Order: sequence, then C-alpha cells, then structure tokens
Amino acid sequence: MDRKKIKKLNNIAVDVRKDIVTISSSANIYHIASALSPVELLVALYFHVMHIDPNNPRWSGRDRCVLSKGHGGAALFSVLYRRGFFSRKKLETFCQNGSTLPTHPMMQSAPGVEATTGSLGHGLPIGLGMAMALRHEKRKNNVFVILSDGECDEGSVWESALYAGYHALDNLVVCIDYNKIQSFGRTAEVLDLEPLADKFRAFRWHVQEIDGHDISAITKAMEMAKKSKGNPHCIIAHTVKGRGISYMEDQLEWHYKSPQGKLLDQALRELGIQYER
Amino acid sequence: MRQAFIDTLHTLAKNDKKIILMNGDLGFSVLEDFIAAYPDRSYNMGVAEANMIGAAAGYSFEGYTVFVYSIVPFVTMRVFEQVRNDIGMQKANVKIVGVGSGFTYGQLGPTHHAVEDIALMRSIPNMTVVCPGDPAETREATKALVKMKGPAYLRIGKKGEPVVHKALTSFSLKQSILVRHGNDCALLATGNMVYAAVETAHNLKKHGIEAAVVSVPVVKPIDQKGITSICRKTGTVFTLEEHTVIGGLGSAVAELLLEQNIPVKHFYRFGVPDTFTYFAGSQEFIRRQYGLTPVQISRKILSILRSVSSRTTEDSALLRRSSQILRKR
Ligand SMILES: Cc1ncc(C[n+]2csc(CCOP(=O)(O)OP(=O)(O)O)c2C)c(N)n1
Ligand SMILES: [Mg+2]
Repeated sequence: MDRKKIKKLNNIAVDVRKDIVTISSSANIYHIASALSPVELLVALYFHVMHIDPNNPRWSGRDRCVLSKGHGGAALFSVLYRRGFFSRKKLETFCQNGSTLPTHPMMQSAPGVEATTGSLGHGLPIGLGMAMALRHEKRKNNVFVILSDGECDEGSVWESALYAGYHALDNLVVCIDYNKIQSFGRTAEVLDLEPLADKFRAFRWHVQEIDGHDISAITKAMEMAKKSKGNPHCIIAHTVKGRGISYMEDQLEWHYKSPQGKLLDQALRELGIQYER
Repeated sequence: MRQAFIDTLHTLAKNDKKIILMNGDLGFSVLEDFIAAYPDRSYNMGVAEANMIGAAAGYSFEGYTVFVYSIVPFVTMRVFEQVRNDIGMQKANVKIVGVGSGFTYGQLGPTHHAVEDIALMRSIPNMTVVCPGDPAETREATKALVKMKGPAYLRIGKKGEPVVHKALTSFSLKQSILVRHGNDCALLATGNMVYAAVETAHNLKKHGIEAAVVSVPVVKPIDQKGITSICRKTGTVFTLEEHTVIGGLGSAVAELLLEQNIPVKHFYRFGVPDTFTYFAGSQEFIRRQYGLTPVQISRKILSILRSVSSRTTEDSALLRRSSQILRKR
C-alpha cells in the first residue's frame, strides 16, 4: 500500500477515535478503552481489505466481518458510519434512549452489522458457520472475526478453533485484539494465553503476529491471509487498550469510565494532533 | 445491592473459612476488598463461565460454600446445563450470584438484558431462587444462603437501589415479606420491582384504594401460605417483576392460586412481554416502554378494577370506590 493510502487510513483512524470518545461521552457509557484498541483493524478491513458495498449491505458477494468483542461496538458503528452505511445522525444516537445502537452491536442495529455480539465467545462460532456456508456455495469471500484476548478464555473460541483447523476453513480470518488487559486484571495475571501463537498453530491455523496499530502491517497480513490456502488464519494483533489517549492507555479503569469535562477536552485535543499532514 | 452483598459476604467470611468467591473476570470496584482480605479464597476464573460453574461444583464437593459472581446472562443462561447437572442435580453447595437483573444494563443492549433468568433457574430441581428487593433484603438473603446448604441463585441489581425496608426485623428463605397493609388488592413484587410496588401503592391510595404490598424475595420455593392468604383476603392480585411474564414470579403465583383453588376476581402480571428489547435505554426508559413505572402500573390497575366492576355484581367497597374514581376523571 502506498504512503498516501496509509496516511488516509491513519487519519480515518483518528476520526474514528474521536467519534468513539464523543459518542461514548455524551451517552456517559464505558468500554471506551476497548473500542479504541481495534480501530486500525476495523479501518483496514472496511476501507481497504474487504469487498463490501455500503449501498448494498446484504450483497451476497461481500466479505463478512463479525466484531466478536461486541463491547467495542462504538468502534464498529463509527467505521460503518464513515464508510457510508448510515448517517452521522444515527451514529449520534449511540446508547441513547430508544436507539438501535446499544453498546453491543445487534443484527438489527444498522446495515452492515453482520451479527449480534456482546456475550463473549459467540462471534467466532457464528463466523465459522458463515465460512462453512460460503465454502458450501463455493464462494470466494472471506469472513473476518475480531476477538479480544480476554474472550479467548471462553471454551467456545477453542471449539471453533479446533473445528476450523481440522476442516481447513481457509476463508476464515481471526484477528485477536491482543491488548493484554481484560475486565478485572492483566491477561498474563488472570489467565495467561501464552504461548498464544503456538496454541493456534497446534490447532492447525496459519498464524501471523503484527503490531495492531500499524495499518501497513495489518493490511499486509490480511492480504496474505486472503491469499494463502489450506488453513484458517489467525492474526495476533498486538495492541494497546485505550490507544490514542495518554491517560487511558493500558489502564484497566478505562474499561469502566466515561470521559467528561476536562478529560474529554484533553482526549479530543490529544487526538487532534495525531492527524498526519 | 452489589455492595450489600459483598459487604455481608466479607463479614461472614471472617469466621467462616469455608466461603470461597469465584468471579468471571468481573467485579471492578466491588470485589477488591474481599479479594485483598481473602486472597487464598478468591479466584478470577477468567471469561470462562462454563468452566467456572463446573469448578465451583467440584470445589463445593470438598466441603466449601462457593459463591460465583458474574453478570446474570453469563452465569445463568450461557451455563444452563452446567448449572442443571453440576449444581442442581448433584445438590452442590454453590451460590450463583448474578448482577445486573432486568434492565440494569439497559444501555448495553439485549445481550445484557436479563429477563429470562428467574424462569430458567426456577425450572431446576433443588434450586432456591432469591431476588432481593433492596439492600436490606440482600444482606439477609446472603446470610441465609450461607447457612443453607445446597444450590441457590441470588439475583441482584447493581448499585444505589432505593431502600424499601428501614428495618427488616425478620427474614427467612421460607417467607414473603408484608411491606404494606391493604385490603383492596395485593401487589406481589420481587427484586427490583418491590420499590415500584410501594410507589404504586402510594399512587393507588390517592385514588382511595388500599393495596397490600408483599415482597417475594424467594421465588422458589415460593411462600405458599403467605401468598395464598393475602390473595384470598384481597381477591385481586397483581404481580410485578422486571422479568419476562413467562415463568417468573407471575407464573409461580398463577400456578399456586389455580392449584389451590384460590378465587381471585382479577389477576394481572406486570412484567416484560414476550419480546426482545432491540434498543438501548436507561432502566427507567425501558421500563416505561413496557408499562412498568409506578404511574403506568397504577393506571393499568385502575382500569382493571373498572373492568372487574362491570363484570361482577359484587358490591364491594373496592369496586364502588374505583368506579367513583373513574367517573371523576
Ligand atoms: C460471556 C461474557 N462474559 C463476561 C462478559 C463481561 N465482559 C465484558 S468485556 C470483558 C472482558 C474485557 O477484556 P477483553 O476481552 O480482553 O476485551 P478488551 O476490552 O480488552 O478489548 C468481560 C469479562 C461478557 N461480555 N461476556
Ligand atoms: Mg483485552
């Protein structure tokens, strides 16, 4: 990907982070650090990697993306809005009374949302089923599933991993938002996932490890995953929870807080200077 | 309620070394003190609820009282078969604590709405189902559950719930609690709807109707004696719960009254209709969509009483009063 495109996507990522902060703050809703961490993954998918048509969101030839870590819904909603699936006005209803955009995305939320998630460990089995059906129909589309690291505690994740590996579902790409924090502690202290890459390899997955905030690395890994056949793909994306806002980065408490007043201003100011010119 | 629960458990754990607390990677700003005081009896089991339930059962078989703590759907619905086989079937001394009852987490969306859990837990043999109505009931219920050996489900809200009982003089897992006297109708409420029932009774009083309010913290085994007696006395019965009308308190009371041949003039279940809530909203907002605020409940009750009066020739004081009210409007 050329410099110009990278710059464009990086700037979209800044916009998305601003959206996340703004809509979460006005609804006084938390899970904000969780939404900030997979931003580049989503931007790369929706603005570069996936074949999609916002004007025809159910187009059968599209690639699918399931945000299995549903608590990062604000990020998905912002990306869908910025990609043209729905209006700014709708985005701004996020978590407001009567809105179809709760924290966790629903199939009914908006065009472009492929599955209802929020209870961890559901998205991968659903994505697996999509991949199976696509293979059944001999379609070439891919299914992308974004998992969080804490989510990998769930048995259902490994049930899918075993199935996909054994059945060589090479149209399935899992991205793990590996930010090393979960809800009540550090991943290494709660239930260490390491050696994570080896675990997936042992389940017969093709594994890549990348910096999950590096657009160029992300798109390269995803393109590689689309091309290489014979195994399902796992992209372990090393990320920072709360990425982009200094006081949120790598802080457990920002799983639970919503920035208001001065902290909100500071967040937007810090993001503002992150645009590439 | 969360705080009332954990403070009580904290105190009990001081003398009862057999109390264990497992969490499913949850409990920020709630469980920290407990964990600091009893690190060797606290476990973060990770985001792996099925494993947590099985492990809790196994731990309890070695003589411990194991509390498991997570958000309602994750410790009741996701793990239903673990609860049924590992805890219910084997009478494990495990207490499942679900936080976020009803629409506590309204903004988080329907995956986090918790309105089917009472029905599920109630259907499991050996399971005691407790839905405290306020912090005082939560404290007493926690104490009672530690004393009681065997499977139980404790359904609590979040924080800052209003106080129903200034002083709760007696509490038992066998009895419902009469919160307010009244002869015209009975409001039977559970969990976070008890306070709404109290407010409804205040509204009805303005219309000349004296409603008894009964808190039913223990939905299973249900207090047959207390409930049949208040229903017999008032003859008009309303149940209130932040839960689907299918299989919760309303169902339990209906089954009881029919099977015991208790004649009631009117019966209505206030609860969540048979639908998913495909929108976000505060708890208050979602309640309003389903007619579960005290004002809406009162209005519905008044209209029901009117329909009773048109159907029956009984000349009770209640009916006279309610039709007077309705004429005045
Ligand atoms: C089945 C299930 N259990 C528990 C939760 C509550 N919960 C929400 S997010 C989360 C973990 C957060 O950590 P992680 O999965 O690593 O996501 P991050 O926010 O770091 O991206 C938990 C336990 C849930 N949503 N689903
Ligand atoms: Mg994480």
